[in-house]
Amino acid sequence: MYSALVNKKEWFSTLVVWMAAALVTAAFLWLLGDIIRYGFGQLSWQFLTTPPRNAGREGGIGPILVSTGLILFVCLVVAIPIGLGTAILLAEFTTEEKNFGRLIRRSLDVLAGVPSIVFGLFGSAFFCNILGFGFSILSGGLTLACMVLPILIRSTEVGLRSVPSDYRLSAAALGLSPIATLRQILLPAAIPGLLVGLILGSGRAIAETAALIFTSGYVDRMPTSFLDSGRALSIHIFDLSMNIPGGNKTAYSSALVLMVLILLMNGITSWLAMRWQQARISLV
Amino acid sequence: MAGHEMAAGKDITGMSSQESLSPVHRPSSQQHEASPCCIPRPFIQTEDLNVYYKKNPALEGVSLTLNAGCLTTLVGPSGCGKTSLLMSLNRLTDLIPFCRVTGKIRLGVLDVLSRQTDVIRLRRRVGMIFQKPNPFPLSIFKNLAFPLREHGIKDRGEVARIIEESLRDVGLWDEVKDRLNEPALGLSGGQQQRLCIARAIALNPEALLMDEPCSALDPLSSGIVEDLILKLRGRYTILIVTHNLAQARRIADYAAFFWMEKGSGRMIEYGPALQIFETPKEALTTAYVNGVRG
Repeated sequence: MYSALVNKKEWFSTLVVWMAAALVTAAFLWLLGDIIRYGFGQLSWQFLTTPPRNAGREGGIGPILVSTGLILFVCLVVAIPIGLGTAILLAEFTTEEKNFGRLIRRSLDVLAGVPSIVFGLFGSAFFCNILGFGFSILSGGLTLACMVLPILIRSTEVGLRSVPSDYRLSAAALGLSPIATLRQILLPAAIPGLLVGLILGSGRAIAETAALIFTSGYVDRMPTSFLDSGRALSIHIFDLSMNIPGGNKTAYSSALVLMVLILLMNGITSWLAMRWQQARISLV
Repeated sequence: MAGHEMAAGKDITGMSSQESLSPVHRPSSQQHEASPCCIPRPFIQTEDLNVYYKKNPALEGVSLTLNAGCLTTLVGPSGCGKTSLLMSLNRLTDLIPFCRVTGKIRLGVLDVLSRQTDVIRLRRRVGMIFQKPNPFPLSIFKNLAFPLREHGIKDRGEVARIIEESLRDVGLWDEVKDRLNEPALGLSGGQQQRLCIARAIALNPEALLMDEPCSALDPLSSGIVEDLILKLRGRYTILIVTHNLAQARRIADYAAFFWMEKGSGRMIEYGPALQIFETPKEALTTAYVNGVRG
């Protein structure tokens, strides 16, 4: 009698857990299936390389892919060194108790929660107007860098902190400077954390729309400089589905390309992280 | 041993010859007498040393003289400041937030606690071995080569020579010579601890601080490391913390007994090991070494 009751309870909670998991998976699969179903038809080499025609209803997404890549490039080139430096400062040169470190950490947590449209308006005011970069790939990339930084810094910091403090103590006991210890021991050990931050950060960056509308602009021509305006893939999708009647087909295909890009980036980065760790274990 | 004397002759620390140690050998017939290992020559001296964590004293009023080339053991229950004493000698206490060290420590003529002291050079002169073997996540070779290079020994041949010599000194060379490029973390616990000792002595230090170097090892490895420590006695001034009283009796020239009193660690008694373990002056020491307390 008792065990039957327990079994019933078990059975019920198992069902609830499975249902929740199934719901999440189903939503993702539905979305993915929908995009593949409507988007795969138009996909071709030509679609990936030619410029859009007729406001994007026809033609391809060549210049848009290039703009997206350039925006992401600017974003990462700026965000990685600043992020790495801040993470090193937070993890190695401040303690949890010190006010300075606490201030930076709180600011980062707040920044991470700020809606992207706010970043967009900030970027538009600061990079486009005050610094005079105008609507450009540079402004867009810099705005995205501001957005990605909190994620990048926190995950790198966690990576650095997860390196056992034994290494720091034994390195210090051997008379090694903090910089040498950082370069040879701590940073290599923290690379997986940095890569995870990069995946999350660039995933957020490449899929960003709101922050780019006011900074990198709408222009769908092939960019020739970082100061040109350039349309990112996510903005292209937004524009096609919202403003262009009959643009749904190409919007679907562009969305499919974006999803494949994000999946590819995730895959490559985790593969790199794995390779890196294996290399470190058998390294000379 | 011959190999080591070559290493001692080469002046990689840039010390004056007065400061550097000549190997001191212990006359075996006079084991455990008043000055057991040698003519007592003070090398490390502490005067009224106090270590505080925030406001809490961990160690108070320790005045201790360690003789050059001798092996001194620190015994006493956990939490009575032995590790704090060890870490203040090479200023590793600098790394611990809110840790404050007062009093005086002299290493030869060097004022250890002075602001002007170059801690990098100090730590090169005073090596340290920890309880848990902690090789870097690098290859066996790099574990030794990286500190050497950072200390300015860049010549490849020279680096390789010192590495071989150090690994031979700790009896690890024959075990690892064919796999120097394999990860150090793949070694057994005892091998890792010997690698850490080799890493420390590769820098040609004058003193070695050991914090329970055998306690994380199995009995067999522990025995091997103990033999190694005995081999190093005379070449280096060794200060070793151990909870293994039998081991302390076997290897020590001098012993210091620590106990928790009035909320902080204090040194109760210090003297030749034989005296501390056989005929201690203090009742507390007698009780501890006989296993009545602690």
